[in-house]
Amino acid sequence: MNKRLTLTMVIAAGLAVSACAKKAPQVLPPDPGPPSQTETTVSNAPVPGSQADFAAQMMGQDTIYFETDRFNIDATDQAALAAQAQWLMKYPTKRLTVEGHADERGTREYNLALGERRANAAKNYLVSLGVETGRITTVSYGKERPVALGSDEESWARNRRAVTVTID
Amino acid sequence: MKKIIPFLLAAVLPASALLAQSAAPAPAAAPPEVEEDVVGSLDNDAKIAIPAFATNADVPTQTSAGSTSTLGFSVANVIFADLRNNGLFQPTGPSSLPRPALAQVQAPDYGSWQSRGVDMLVQGYVRAESSGNITVGCYLYDVALGQQRVKAGWTVAPGDWRRAAHKCADLVYSNLSGENPFFDSRVAYIAETGPKDRRMKRLAIMDSDGANHTFLTTGQTIALTPRYSPDYKSIMYLSYTNGQPRIYIIDPQTKAQRLLLSTNNPLFAPRWSPDGRWVLYSMATGGNTDIYKIPSAGGTPIKLTDAPGIDIGGSFSPDGSKIVFESDRSGSQQVYVMNADGTGQRRISFFGGRAATPEWSPRGDQIAFTHIVGNLRIAVMDPAGGSLRYLTDSWQDEAPTWAPNGRVVQFFRTAKTSGKTSLWQVDLTGRNERRLETPVDGSDPAWGPLRP
Repeated sequence: MNKRLTLTMVIAAGLAVSACAKKAPQVLPPDPGPPSQTETTVSNAPVPGSQADFAAQMMGQDTIYFETDRFNIDATDQAALAAQAQWLMKYPTKRLTVEGHADERGTREYNLALGERRANAAKNYLVSLGVETGRITTVSYGKERPVALGSDEESWARNRRAVTVTID
Repeated sequence: MKKIIPFLLAAVLPASALLAQSAAPAPAAAPPEVEEDVVGSLDNDAKIAIPAFATNADVPTQTSAGSTSTLGFSVANVIFADLRNNGLFQPTGPSSLPRPALAQVQAPDYGSWQSRGVDMLVQGYVRAESSGNITVGCYLYDVALGQQRVKAGWTVAPGDWRRAAHKCADLVYSNLSGENPFFDSRVAYIAETGPKDRRMKRLAIMDSDGANHTFLTTGQTIALTPRYSPDYKSIMYLSYTNGQPRIYIIDPQTKAQRLLLSTNNPLFAPRWSPDGRWVLYSMATGGNTDIYKIPSAGGTPIKLTDAPGIDIGGSFSPDGSKIVFESDRSGSQQVYVMNADGTGQRRISFFGGRAATPEWSPRGDQIAFTHIVGNLRIAVMDPAGGSLRYLTDSWQDEAPTWAPNGRVVQFFRTAKTSGKTSLWQVDLTGRNERRLETPVDGSDPAWGPLRP
C-alpha cells in the first residue's frame, strides 16, 4: 500500500509543482520547451472506485491504530471501518487487502503474528458490517514496514496499525 | 564465489587411524595417550603462540591464499583470529613470531618458546597434493612440560582451506578447554540495506568467522528468519516471494527453492529438529497462530498447540523429546515447554516483562531467549525456568542463536531511531561481547551445527 499511496502522492506532487514552480531549484533543469497540453487534460480528481479515490475519500480513515500488543477494535477504529465499509459497499466488486503492522519494540516473529492478528480484527469487523469475506485478504508485515521512523512513543503508536488497500 | 567441492577429510581426530597416512611428515600413528592427558580445562590466561605453518615446498596452490608458504601464514592467522576474536586464551599470531622450519614442526625448540613466555605452542605444516588438494597438519605442544598434547591432519579441497584452519583452532580449543568444538561452522542471516521504512532484506550465509560470504537472494522480496538444516544442505526461511509470508526451503549451492507447504494461510518461524527429520512452523488461521510439525521429507502436518492467541517459534531439545516455544496465552509473550507431540504444555518464564524467541542450547542445559522489559535483552535460563542470567544490556537485542557447542550465543542488535541492525556474539560469561563484521547490516543470525 505504501507504494500505491506514494505513487499517488508523487503524481499529485508532480502536478502541484508543474502548476506552481515558485521555488527556484538549486540546479536549473533543461528548458522544457513550449508547454504541452497535459495540464489541461489531467485532473486531480481520482477515478471513482479506484484506490486513489478510496484513499482520498477516507482522509486517513483507511488506517486504524492499536495499543501495544493489542488488536481490539475501539470506537475510533469502528468509525474508520464503517467509513471504509460504506465506500466498499458502493463498489461491490472491489477487492481489498488489509495490511497489519506492529511497532519496532517487539521480536520479529511475534510481530508478524501480531500484525496478522490486527489485520484479521479489521477484516472481521468489515465483514460484520456486510463486506463480503471473500473480497478481503490480509497480510502482515510485522515490524518490517514502519511509516513513522522515530524510536519514540508517538512513532510506535503510528506504526501499530492496519491499513486497508483496495486492489485496482 | 566459493566452490564447495565434496570435502575430503583424511582424518578428523587423532583417535582416527586415517590421519597419519595422508599427513606425510606426521608420525605413523597418533599417540592415543595425548588426549587422556587433559586434566580439566586450561586457564583462559594461557599464552598461546601460533607461528606461521611450515611447508615442505613453496609451490603455487589453487587456494585464495596463494602459495603453500603464504597459505601456511594464512592458516596460522585464521587460527589466531578464531581464538583472539572469541576472547579465548592469550594468543599471539604469525605476524609477530618466527616461522619454524618444517623439521621443527614435530620437534619444537621448547627452549626458545619458553624464553618468550609461551605456555602453549600451535605449529603445523601445509602441503600441496598433486590432486590440487591441500593437506594441513596441526600440532599442539605444552611448552613448559615439553610435551605434545594433541595433533591432527586434514586434506581439503583448495576452496576449503579455511576449514582446515578452523578445525585446527577447534582442536586446540577443545583440547585446552575441555569444551566441544565450534569454529568449523557456518551462519545464515539476513543482510539489510536501505532506509528504515524500505529496508531491503536478503538471505546471506558466511563462515563462523565471517569469511566466504554469499548472498542467496536478490532482495526483491523480504527474506526473514533463516535456519540451516543440520546437514547444511538446505536453509528454511520466510519469504514474501508471492506477496504473502511463506516458508521456503532453499539449496544454498544451487539457490533452487521450493515451498515447505502450499497453503492460503501465512506461515512463520521455520525450525528444524536436531536430526533434520522434522520441521516446526507456525501458521495463522483467522489471526490465531499455532505451532505445527511436519516431516521434512513431506507428509501430514501435526498441530501441536491449540490455545487462543499467538503460539510461535519453537526449538527442540537436543534429544528431540521436548520443544520450547513462546505463547501469549497468558496475556503477554512467555516461554513454554511441551513434549514433542504437543502434550504437557507448561509455562516456564516468570520473570516479569515478556519472554520471547527461546532457543534450546545444543548442550541441553540452557535456554537462550529475548527478555523484554522496556529494552530487549539476551538472557539465558535453565530448562525449568530458573537461573535467569542476562548476557547483554543494550536498547534492543533479540533472537539468540547458539554456537554448535552451546558456549557462545549470536544475536542481532537494532539501533534506536536509525533502525540499523548488526550481528553480535557473546559468550556465556557475558564478558566477551563483540560485533561480527558483515558487508552490510545484519539481523536474524542462525548458527548451524559443526559442519559434517
